[in-house]
Amino acid sequence: MGTAGLVLSGCTVPSFGASPGDTTSSRSVFHLWQGFSIGAAIIGGLVVVLVLWAVLRYRRRSERIPDQHQYHIPLELTYTIVPILIVIGLFAATMVVETKEVANPHTNVTIDVNAFQWGWKFTYPGSNAVVVGQTTQTPTMVMPVDTNVHINLTSSDVVHGFYVKAFNFSRYALPGVLNQFTLRAVSTGTFFGQCTQLCGLYHSLMWFDVKVVTPSQYQTWLASFHGTAAAAAAAAASAAVRQQTSSITPTKPATSRGAN
Amino acid sequence: MKVEARFLLGLGLFFGVVGLIYWLWSGEDAGGVMLGAAMLLGFLPGGYYLYWSRRMTPRPEDDPEATPATGAGVVGAFPSTSIWPFTLGMGAFVTVLALVFGIWLLVPGLSLVVWALLGAVAESRRGGHV
Amino acid sequence: MVDVLERPATRNEPPPEAHGPTGLLKWLTTTDHKVIGLSYTVTAVIMMVIGGAFAEIIRAQLATPNGTLVSLAQFNELFTMHGSVMIYLFAGPFAFGALANIIVPIQIGAPDMAFPRLNALSYWLYLTGSITMLSGFFTAGGAANFGWVGYAPLSNSLNTPGAGADLWIGGLLLTGFSAIFTGVNLVATIFYLRAPGMTMFRMPIFTWNMLVTAILILLAFPVLTAGLIMLYADRHFGTHIFSVAGGGVPVLWQHIFWFWGHPEVYILALPFFGMVTEIIAVFSRKPVFGYKGMVFATISIAALSLGVWAHHMFTTGVVLLPFFSAMSLLIAVPTGIKIFNWIGTMWRGEVWFSTAMMMSLGFLVTFLIGGLTGVYLASPPLDFFTHDTYFVVAHFHSVVMALVMAAMAGLYYWGPKITGYLLNEKIGRVQFWFLFVGTQVFTLPLYLVGLRGMPRRMAVYPHDPQWQFLNDLSSVGAVLIGISTLLFVANLVYSWKKYPAGANPWDGQTLEWFTTSPPPHHNFYRLPPIRSERPTWDYNHPEHRALPHGRRNGDGA
Repeated sequence: MGTAGLVLSGCTVPSFGASPGDTTSSRSVFHLWQGFSIGAAIIGGLVVVLVLWAVLRYRRRSERIPDQHQYHIPLELTYTIVPILIVIGLFAATMVVETKEVANPHTNVTIDVNAFQWGWKFTYPGSNAVVVGQTTQTPTMVMPVDTNVHINLTSSDVVHGFYVKAFNFSRYALPGVLNQFTLRAVSTGTFFGQCTQLCGLYHSLMWFDVKVVTPSQYQTWLASFHGTAAAAAAAAASAAVRQQTSSITPTKPATSRGAN
Repeated sequence: MKVEARFLLGLGLFFGVVGLIYWLWSGEDAGGVMLGAAMLLGFLPGGYYLYWSRRMTPRPEDDPEATPATGAGVVGAFPSTSIWPFTLGMGAFVTVLALVFGIWLLVPGLSLVVWALLGAVAESRRGGHV
Repeated sequence: MVDVLERPATRNEPPPEAHGPTGLLKWLTTTDHKVIGLSYTVTAVIMMVIGGAFAEIIRAQLATPNGTLVSLAQFNELFTMHGSVMIYLFAGPFAFGALANIIVPIQIGAPDMAFPRLNALSYWLYLTGSITMLSGFFTAGGAANFGWVGYAPLSNSLNTPGAGADLWIGGLLLTGFSAIFTGVNLVATIFYLRAPGMTMFRMPIFTWNMLVTAILILLAFPVLTAGLIMLYADRHFGTHIFSVAGGGVPVLWQHIFWFWGHPEVYILALPFFGMVTEIIAVFSRKPVFGYKGMVFATISIAALSLGVWAHHMFTTGVVLLPFFSAMSLLIAVPTGIKIFNWIGTMWRGEVWFSTAMMMSLGFLVTFLIGGLTGVYLASPPLDFFTHDTYFVVAHFHSVVMALVMAAMAGLYYWGPKITGYLLNEKIGRVQFWFLFVGTQVFTLPLYLVGLRGMPRRMAVYPHDPQWQFLNDLSSVGAVLIGISTLLFVANLVYSWKKYPAGANPWDGQTLEWFTTSPPPHHNFYRLPPIRSERPTWDYNHPEHRALPHGRRNGDGA
């Protein structure tokens, strides 16, 4: 993933442990990450070198009492002003990436995502498509590639976290709040997603997949829900899952103590 | 006393300005209220110190030239031992347990608290100005 | 009983010792800040060991993807109580209850805290609060299990019924009041009981930091206490402050919690910054470089820390991102000033690698890592990406493990002043290396595993075996840290009353090193003249006072 990122970003900056991800904003977040990391490496390296120099060069060899100098105003001003300038730079870079990331551009596809203890429900307004799954019966959110996908995120009970690692992005699903954001995937594939905000007993197992497909595959997939039978089945499945959520037993791993 | 006053008033002023900016910009009330309260916590004691710093004779601890002999005299009366903090603490403990184990615990809990407060006040009155 | 105290002036004979009860009754009735501080120290270190034991269980569970050491439910209790014990019952009380309680009055030449009985009450509230919170493990439903942040609505009576959660709230109410009383006490002591000549800008940096910490306590803790009362009302009195169903706002809890929670980070950190500042100066035989800059940096950190709470809430989507991002980034500036001042203090000094100094250097490096990764988290896009993953866990564990090193530095440095006996330096250095290496082995893999997408608070991670190696590495680090704690206990036992310290074993600079170890009842027989923030140094080395900018020794300062 790291090497792929280097090739894709067309530069030779190291990845610093992150990856460019699969959406347009995940790429710009990744570049921001690289920028912050370069700054951190330079400043951190400088401080470590200064500390090492100070303790090794000036380690105690005698009972001499050194010069008791205490102030050096120009120096102190320097290491006040330079960090302020760095911070302004970091803030500016942050704003550039953030403005794009939280913008709500025109979108063609909308997905309503509802988080509940302990699963996900993906509804596609304007069609019959509904996908529900909980804990390890992982539901899959299907979305088209190269399309602005508008997500409406809500929660039915407690605070959950919608997090897809490959998108370098997360957002809380809050009860009583409609959180909206836009995703634009740049390549197809299946990506793992997971609840990141502690939501109770089966928090560790609240998984989902995101499947990014071509627009034509997406239309075919949507069409597979047409017809009343499929829609009814989906609705029934949804209701069944809702009923079960309070007494589910995940297939793996076994728990010795169960819900309190 | 002046430095203390400026320190607290400065903090209060900062919280006031930041709170105002935040509240006007975000329109979110909780943070605005909390920052406003923080401003007051700077201004109230800060104003008190400013008021007194202008009216009292300078204290030896504010005088850079003071010697230990300058401040000789009574600092204050300090209780050397007292059972009442422990009693009060146990009273608070039992009172809080009432939140968990039942309202009836409030009876022994608050009794201990009142007993300890009366005891501490009586101790102070016996011992002079504590 | 009441002692009417006179200021220690130039007396040479000791004042009459107070005659009071001994044994258990002495412990129950004492109002002496040193005895209370010692009680705080012992209790806080026990809490550290308990919280550390929880951490070891957590790391053992996570050593395999499908750990079965504890159940999912027990795991939630363990990390909740690990965080709660470490933050509420160890780090804070250790900083402002234990060391500050003992050292601040002595550093400013005061006979005791301003309100000795209130001080004793603080300790009893802290002790009973700790017992209350931990007793959740002995209830039928187990201890609190909603994370140390207790986010509503997970913490309501529907999602977490049971006495454990109520005991958590009760314990926090008690320790919260304990902290508030200590804050009041510290401010009053510092404003009213300074020795003659000890102006505000002659207070040692540790005392300055404690003053600022105390102000932060007074600003922040009442907010938490109010929030907890609201939470309790939601749970039991049928209010709907934090529940959507009754028209409440769940996010309000996060606002209230973090309005306390972020200043709390600095309530924990500033005392340790102060300790490290003193220790680096003493073991470099130099004054604190940029003393005034240091004071203003501390005040700036405190002021800014009240305006950054929602950087914990960037991913809620309902907070003002640019405001909190800018304020959070700005905190890096005064923090950087402190780091450069520490380096400046060592520069051209005579650095002695005592255990306390090595722990301080370990703090400096570890805190640097934690601080730099904190800058990332101040940027909302980077926070979206790392929020609630192990990256954040690694970030704040770098910070708090740095604080643990500073706490150890403080114990090695000031322990002899409290007990009268030094600790063994050889064991101390071994302990340092275990702690320092263990900390890096523990935290650095967690940064990586977080970047690879592992969320925090996971009991199991069967879907990505790649995370296992990094978790195992981290668990090894946790074991090393555990060994360092055992070494500390071993050192306490081994050095018990073995190495008498004398009044001033380190060539200390501040007033606490002027009096005996341990200090007498009400602290001082006599005081030196106070002409700078280093009265003891000035007294012992009258020809080596601090130089103004541009002067060298022998210029006739």
